Amino acid sequence: MERVDNSNISQASLNMKKSKSTVLWEKFVEKIFFISACMAIISIATITIFIFAKGGPAMLEIGIFNFMFGTTELGGKVYLWQPGADIYHIITMILSSIYITLGAIIIGVPIGILTAVFIAEIAPKWLVKIMKPAVELLAGIPSVVYGFFGLIIIVPMIYEAYGRQLKGGGNSMLAAIIILSIMILPTIINISIAAIKAVPIEYKEGSLAMGATHIQTIFKVMIPAAKSGIFAAVILGIGRAIGETMAVILVAGNSIKFPTSISDSVRPMTAHIALEMSYASPGLHENSLFATGIVLFVFIMLLNIALNFITHKVGE
Amino acid sequence: MKKRNLSDNFMKLFIILSSIITLGTMIWILIYVISNGIAHVSWEFLTEFQEGQIEGGIFPYIISTLYIIFITILIATPIGIFSAIYLVEYAKPGKIVRIIRFATESLAGIPSIVFGLFGLIFFVTMLGFRWSMLSGALTLSIMVLPTVVRTTEESLKAVPNIYREGSLGLGASKLRTIRKVILPSALPGILTAVILSIGRIIGETAAVFLTAGTAKALPKSIMDGGRTLSVHMYYLAKEGISMDKAYATATVLILVVIVINFIANKLASRLNKKNS
Repeated sequence: MERVDNSNISQASLNMKKSKSTVLWEKFVEKIFFISACMAIISIATITIFIFAKGGPAMLEIGIFNFMFGTTELGGKVYLWQPGADIYHIITMILSSIYITLGAIIIGVPIGILTAVFIAEIAPKWLVKIMKPAVELLAGIPSVVYGFFGLIIIVPMIYEAYGRQLKGGGNSMLAAIIILSIMILPTIINISIAAIKAVPIEYKEGSLAMGATHIQTIFKVMIPAAKSGIFAAVILGIGRAIGETMAVILVAGNSIKFPTSISDSVRPMTAHIALEMSYASPGLHENSLFATGIVLFVFIMLLNIALNFITHKVGE
Repeated sequence: MKKRNLSDNFMKLFIILSSIITLGTMIWILIYVISNGIAHVSWEFLTEFQEGQIEGGIFPYIISTLYIIFITILIATPIGIFSAIYLVEYAKPGKIVRIIRFATESLAGIPSIVFGLFGLIFFVTMLGFRWSMLSGALTLSIMVLPTVVRTTEESLKAVPNIYREGSLGLGASKLRTIRKVILPSALPGILTAVILSIGRIIGETAAVFLTAGTAKALPKSIMDGGRTLSVHMYYLAKEGISMDKAYATATVLILVVIVINFIANKLASRLNKKNS
């Protein structure tokens, strides 16, 4: 391109020469692009290996079943976590994680899906222009700020609602559930909007032409058609809720005991790791926290595989 | 007909109620925190600092945050952009691409506390970087990688194929086409990726406090430890020493996030205009 030569032959040979080094250079850069693309694989592999290498032996030493589901009874008392006496059981943390995640899903999913319906189908344009950035902002607020808000607003409200009877002062499973349901809203809303928008317009038009109302069309035609996308939204919401750490620590109370009611102080797995890591002594105590990390990691990977399965099904 | 209207209206009521809850919660959080905090955000609060004091200003934590943002972006952006270029411009559909995508998705789903654990054994302990800006940034680089890859991918895909064909048809090589034609028109999208990553870095706590530490100190090099604004916010909330400072720090965080979202939106709308 740069130079125009009069002779066709020399032009051709020039191109040849140029292309040889260019081809080499292009191949080289392509390799760099490829290696960069592989960084995600390398990262996830390294993370998996290191977490398992550190936590795995501890898990085996304690006993996988004993670690995850066991308890220790000594003199009529049940012990769950006594690093001083080498007692490590995380059953209460697993249950707490599951309970608060379920609670957040029960509250957050319907609100999220209905808000998505509102933004995608019902709201006038000017309102969509307000709602969409609002949802994005909700997604961008740091989790500690949610935790702080929960601590100064939600926790005292729960304390008052229970007539100031709670030992934890309102720090409870319920507080964690409320904060998490707010935090998963943006995930649920954004992905549900995309799923609803992806429903072919013919479905909607066909249903409306048959005499169905707009609301009937939404709930009988569009949401069923968008169900795998909405399902993906729920799974991502579960992932966000189960993995949340800082906001939960600030409001959940963090007691190690079997959760029996939503007003109980609870300590989920994430909070457990973050709280104990700051003072854990090297050895079994510290390694048992990595073992807790393994359990969390496996939960998340199972969710990822489920998600991968769903999105692939959609693609087909 | 009447029954149908009734159930329709019922559902409509639920839809509107849900939207009010969503929007209302957001407005509640913003107004409550900012109205309690803005009075305590002063120039002194942003720029003063006494060594080891939690009561003072947040200057060192702003610096720590900037350090970590800068290094993380420096590491994650090129890798993320190259990765997206490979996926969109070079890769043929097949097993390897599927694995790369699955790895990227999985990485996006891993809880930040697990990244923190990994950073702690790998960067802090094994590589001997200790609790430092570098350890924190390296950990966060892995964490924001999926954000950069996916956002860049979207913007590359949005570049019309005619551009590629035109450039290649004129005799430009593939690399030249990418550099001179595709990247420039995908630039707003790439900038969005960077902005979104910055937002995530600022908001992150769990992964940072295990890798960059919690020192109440001004980091003087990338090998020094320090707490970011979010980590500081966590301790203010947890220890409850100074509610004023807690509100003020939360206000600063929220205002920064608002600015970041505003910029990201402006960039996104520019991208849409350009390619439509």
